[in-house]
Amino acid sequence: MLLEGKRILVTGVITEQSIAFNVAKLAQEQGATVVLTGFGRLSLVERIAKRLPQAAPVIELDVTNTEHLTGLADKVREHVDGLDGVVHSIGFAPATALGGTFLETPWEDVATAVHVSTYSYKALAMAALPLMQRGGSVVGLTFDATVAWPVYDWMGVAKAGLESTSRYLARYLGEQGIRTNLVSAGPLRTMAAKSIPGFKAFEESWSDRAPLGWDLADTEPTAKAVLALLSDWFPATTGEIIHVDGGYHATGA
Amino acid sequence: MATREEVVSGLAEILEEVAGVNPDDVSEEKSFTEDLDVDSLSMVEVVVAAEEKFGAKIPDDEVQNLKTVGDAVSFIVANS
Repeated sequence: MLLEGKRILVTGVITEQSIAFNVAKLAQEQGATVVLTGFGRLSLVERIAKRLPQAAPVIELDVTNTEHLTGLADKVREHVDGLDGVVHSIGFAPATALGGTFLETPWEDVATAVHVSTYSYKALAMAALPLMQRGGSVVGLTFDATVAWPVYDWMGVAKAGLESTSRYLARYLGEQGIRTNLVSAGPLRTMAAKSIPGFKAFEESWSDRAPLGWDLADTEPTAKAVLALLSDWFPATTGEIIHVDGGYHATGA
Repeated sequence: MATREEVVSGLAEILEEVAGVNPDDVSEEKSFTEDLDVDSLSMVEVVVAAEEKFGAKIPDDEVQNLKTVGDAVSFIVANS
């Protein structure tokens, strides 16, 4: 099995449609022990955690809460003796930062988006680092930030920062043998996507233009790529972004 | 097979636990969002809890059609 004996921390599960839910499910099926973190509606995350092949423990983690971050390693140790992989599937932008009011968004709301969606990648990696050894892998999820999308607005800026953060983490954690990579997925109808006004603008063009087509409801291709990056089969890859988008990014029109 | 009354009272218990709704306020004609102030994330949890309680699968696409408690009751009675 791909992740036999590996211990993986997965953030970002909120419903069964969450990319992180499919990551946790496939990781368990591939032999991993999974610990989840949840934010906000912990009772919902705990209910969803019971729907995994093996019920997984849930640790509360608000990535903007310093106490949660400093206490994370000890809380994880209550369930596993170390970590081989960490999955960051976290993002948030206030309503003013998404949906076409880019020119009016106040800095405070941009700062929230960057804190939760960008800085948290480094913060989570550092919080988990005491549990990790050489060969460890940190994987995050982005949405192609090389261009400006309709309505994605400051979330797109935050994702550009996330992509850069992953490259810098690769520099700084390489010495310790820790890899960091992102999966750049096409649009998926998750709880997070539903909160983006005008999300349909992404949906229409994607399935038509992607050479392989694109299923907006299927998180499995994305989850599989996350698993591959967590595995030992990308041992010399770090600071990389793998596109799982049906090939959309490679086409011009 | 649950009766409509049983499903209403089951949903009232869930709504109280998940969203702090007073069970006395729950009746079939009430709208989840407008009358009972259930936000979208709470609604997701209500659905998950209702699936567990009544052994029904409520597909994601169906949730948006469940405007009132009565809509949910009808779906659960027909699908559990």
